[in-house]
Amino acid sequence: MTGELAAVIRDLRTAVGAQRVLTDPLQCRTYECDGLTHFRVSPAVVVLAECTDHVRATLRICSAHRVPYVARGSGTGLSGGALPVADGVLLVLSRMREIVELDIDNQRAVVEPGVINLSVTRAVASQGYFYAPDPSSQQVCSIGGNVAENSGGAHCLKYGFTTHHVTGAVVVLPDGSLVHLGGKVIESPGYDLLGAFVGSEGTLGVATEVTLRLVRRPEHIQTLLAGFRSVTDAAGTVSDIIAAGVLPAAVEMMDRLAIEAAEAATHCGYPPGADSILVVEVDGSAAEVAAHFADVRRIADARGAFEIRVAADDAERALIWKGRKSAFAAVGRISPNYLVQDGVIPRTALPDVLREIGRISADCGVRVANVFHAGDGNLHPLVLYDDAVAGETDRAMEANGRILDLCIAYGGSVTGEHGVGADKVAYMGRQFTPEDLDTMQRVRCAFDPAGVSNPGKVFPTPRLCGEAPGARSGVHPLQEAGLAAVF
Amino acid sequence: MSLPGSAVAAAVRPDSIAEVVDVLRHTRPASVLPRGAGTKLDWGAVGAPIEVDLDLRGLAGIVEYNPGDLVVRAMAGTPLDVVQADLAEHGQFLALDPPEAGATLGGIVAAGASGPRRHRYGTARDLLIGVAAVLADGTVARAGGKVVKNVAGYDLMKIYTGSFGTLGVIVETTWRLHPRPPDRRVVTFAGHDGALVRRLMHSALTPTAVEALGEALVVVFEGLTPAVRAQADAAARLGEGVVTTTVPAGFGVRPWLPDGIGLKIAYEITGLDVVLAALRRLPGTRVVGRVGVGVLEAGLPAIDRDQLDRLRAVVARVGGTVVVLAAPEETKRRLDVWGPVGDALPLMRRVKDQFDPEHRLAPGRFVGGI
Repeated sequence: MTGELAAVIRDLRTAVGAQRVLTDPLQCRTYECDGLTHFRVSPAVVVLAECTDHVRATLRICSAHRVPYVARGSGTGLSGGALPVADGVLLVLSRMREIVELDIDNQRAVVEPGVINLSVTRAVASQGYFYAPDPSSQQVCSIGGNVAENSGGAHCLKYGFTTHHVTGAVVVLPDGSLVHLGGKVIESPGYDLLGAFVGSEGTLGVATEVTLRLVRRPEHIQTLLAGFRSVTDAAGTVSDIIAAGVLPAAVEMMDRLAIEAAEAATHCGYPPGADSILVVEVDGSAAEVAAHFADVRRIADARGAFEIRVAADDAERALIWKGRKSAFAAVGRISPNYLVQDGVIPRTALPDVLREIGRISADCGVRVANVFHAGDGNLHPLVLYDDAVAGETDRAMEANGRILDLCIAYGGSVTGEHGVGADKVAYMGRQFTPEDLDTMQRVRCAFDPAGVSNPGKVFPTPRLCGEAPGARSGVHPLQEAGLAAVF
Repeated sequence: MSLPGSAVAAAVRPDSIAEVVDVLRHTRPASVLPRGAGTKLDWGAVGAPIEVDLDLRGLAGIVEYNPGDLVVRAMAGTPLDVVQADLAEHGQFLALDPPEAGATLGGIVAAGASGPRRHRYGTARDLLIGVAAVLADGTVARAGGKVVKNVAGYDLMKIYTGSFGTLGVIVETTWRLHPRPPDRRVVTFAGHDGALVRRLMHSALTPTAVEALGEALVVVFEGLTPAVRAQADAAARLGEGVVTTTVPAGFGVRPWLPDGIGLKIAYEITGLDVVLAALRRLPGTRVVGRVGVGVLEAGLPAIDRDQLDRLRAVVARVGGTVVVLAAPEETKRRLDVWGPVGDALPLMRRVKDQFDPEHRLAPGRFVGGI
């Protein structure tokens, strides 16, 4: 252990209490990974924060000693965003789990970062409200992690992402100072730093209190499950729904392999023999839902759906969703190991991209199950492999990389909702130019000039914050360049 | 319109991103005011004298539009109404409706301008999915992309929105689109108060606008005919509403006169009555605004420092802020137009220093003298 680290541990024990500072390697190992389990690093120190003061003290101490820290909520992230630094501090926020205030009249909830996503909806459901972002892990993932990752979910097609549902945050900056960004009001004078903070993957500081928008529960919800003989028909149905001017709350798609896995795990009873299924949910006023839902049915029929099931009640709706929401874990039933991806493509490229994923799967000799948010082109290909078979892990990694390259080639993104984290750092330079990434890091330098906050995530190369801006040249008169007339 | 605080040395109208880069490189460290059609140049603080008037209307046109993806990419100098006309041919629209005719996409982003549909769709902040900007040193940098769902890298679209040109010159924008609603019903209530707004907000109704217009409240439903008809009838019954198919005159128009004072007031939704009572104490005030999200605009003939301070104190009690958006230059010089910014101001200054270390982009027009 370095001298700096020993000093950090001593200071932390004094500041937050020895019982909240873990250094026993066995205890620390509990935090060695998040939901991306093939990246593991045991942190040197774990701090179990219980209040904003604990967070401030931890960050102040880390900054003073130039020791990196990584913040973590429930640890369900799928990109290694909460992967610890070996010689650093892991700051656990899951003990900060109080719902501070429910202000239904202002349609806001104020919560601590460790509050579980679904708890917010549960707390306000009886008053006719819900918290809209619904990542599949919503029963366990925390709001702080959602803010860090700008989490989405099946219903973000209509309702937007975490960034659209956070109006305020109390943020501890990496030097331990505190800033209040936004509040219950929808806008405040100045730069929208809250907008930059949401989705910054823990690289700009730690939110210790978050103000969320609460949304009125729709009057009516209708959900259908449609089985198709081909992926092309299902994808065509999605395009036609959008072209018809319908904006469903959710449009989800699964292919044959994903259906097989979900069936094995949850007995969700999806249509037997389906090559792909679509789950379409429409919500809104009764008249609106009736009309749009009829459109969706008609389109699915015209595109050759061989079976259409409509959920008659909440229980049937839950069953339809059960298969979809448990799909990631379910592939564990049909494969010893798997990689989850999160690429995004323009929706209209769906049939082409699926064909190419099929080709990549065949080339690499690994199976790929496809589960995705079809409405917004967010793919979750699951690359299945067995690490006990020689060379198969490498082939799975190759398929994985080729799928991400495919998304970039089609003008999409390497991540729609899981974040860049540690997992996709290497791909950032393919999606963005060095200038793009350098410019983003100007924000980083404003928040975290010392670079102690979750280093090594998001950006492949850190920017040196003390750098002077590019070489200063003398002022050239505009008229000399022929660009302007003087008047 | 002349530039506030202006002592303009040069007006430049580049036709390409490369030319914008040239201008910024060749004029260092001269002060630059990036602008579109100039419909909101009187917004914000007066600022330092401008040496280069950077007119971006030459960067115009739709770059990419594939209706099936509900996304459009257009140069920043393209007027919003020109874009809307193209999108309308495909039954789509960009859900932004600031009232300034001829305003460009880049100007709308920089000023964070919005209109009544903010109630349903949000502002540029919520609809802008990709951006290209030229920084003060000539760096061309993109963020986001052309897919709606995308968390790769920092969301710079958010900090450019409402930055008043102080961080970079926005040169290209990519937007999420929505299907154009086929029909509309408008419910007008002659009078309104917080109680009526509250009943509306806590109902299951889904209006696209909930708009104060003077003493009236105008609620707009857009969508399929049977749906908007049913919703409008239900809304009308919450008070004594009258259902029509067109919006009343002055709907969504900024409530201030060319030489008057224009305020933007953000507050917690339930603070409406408190804010309205404070505004009514100022003579000659006209109010327009998005009462469902808690943003009002007020137009008044004049305001002095004491009146503004008192108004700010009242609005602060309901969590809000008051910005003097538009005002004659000499009035602005006497007032703190942005008002208190809170404890994040030092951080905002650091962001500015990172993006524009020489402080040459729209200097002094933003909060805290940024």
